Amino acid sequence: MTDPPMRSGNSEWFDGAAGRLVRPYALTGGRTRPTREGFDLITIIMTADASSIATAEFGPEHGAILRLACTPQSVAELSAKLSLPLAVLRVLLSDLYAPGWIIVRQPTPMTQTPDERVLKDVINGLKTL
Amino acid sequence: MDSRRSDSPAAMPLAVKILVAGGFGVGKTTLVGSVSEIKPLRTEELLTERGVGVDDLAGVENKHTTTVAMDFGRITLRDDLVLYLFGTPGQDRFWFMWDELALGALGAVVLADTRRLADCFPSVDYFERRRVPFIVAVNCFDDAVRYAPEEIAGALALGPDVPVVLCDARRRDSGRDALITLVEHVLRITTRTAV
Repeated sequence: MTDPPMRSGNSEWFDGAAGRLVRPYALTGGRTRPTREGFDLITIIMTADASSIATAEFGPEHGAILRLACTPQSVAELSAKLSLPLAVLRVLLSDLYAPGWIIVRQPTPMTQTPDERVLKDVINGLKTL
Repeated sequence: MDSRRSDSPAAMPLAVKILVAGGFGVGKTTLVGSVSEIKPLRTEELLTERGVGVDDLAGVENKHTTTVAMDFGRITLRDDLVLYLFGTPGQDRFWFMWDELALGALGAVVLADTRRLADCFPSVDYFERRRVPFIVAVNCFDDAVRYAPEEIAGALALGPDVPVVLCDARRRDSGRDALITLVEHVLRITTRTAV
């Protein structure tokens, strides 16, 4: 695959009038599914080693994710800030996760009833707003 | 990735989410925006006409792509605890997106407008069916007739323990109070189940 016409950063991929300039799945080499599941909307993503981003041999979108995720943030935030549809972002996150470029914190397991302590923490946190 | 593997170094907060549902134009994004510490963000999911489960692009040229947008906000409750608020996509045919949103959500605030109360029926039905805890928050539009919460509960045929509150989605304290009412409701349900 030849290099995409844009170098890096979100704005160059998106034109206010024309919309997205690159068809989304061009970024993923046509893949529509992540190789592994597990990136919930609120799974927190963090770049494992910010100092080594420059050496990462990935596409510009991978680099953009790694730079943004130096501050831990959710899959939803990465998707919004990079204007990447969730399905596309999840494929790119899989690419980064397998070799250990990112670390993740999963939300509380979905199948369990909410943790009482977490609920109390949320209530107390909201009351201080 | 193992589906539940978590690396969890200390620097990474635990994230929880609450859904904000209700009919079109009822103030979902307004509520999210008034309590969020960030300007609401928008994330998109691409759908082909065939919907979920499409695993390859064979024949993709014959499918129409639709975008589902979800607005969300964030409230940092503590260094190690972040609350995300997701507005649910309005159209009924995006129910499967609701499934992803509802998975693991603490609960939902269903916003209602007394001038168009029926608009929130699908949301109420959905959360009742999925057993997702919810409250109804009546967004008090200036020109709407005010009803008592009990009247709203009756009109919606809510269960006796579902809280109904009046709120002003534009006001941060009002939106926050609705969220507190929801989480206290969830806590009551949780502790009742545990006994």
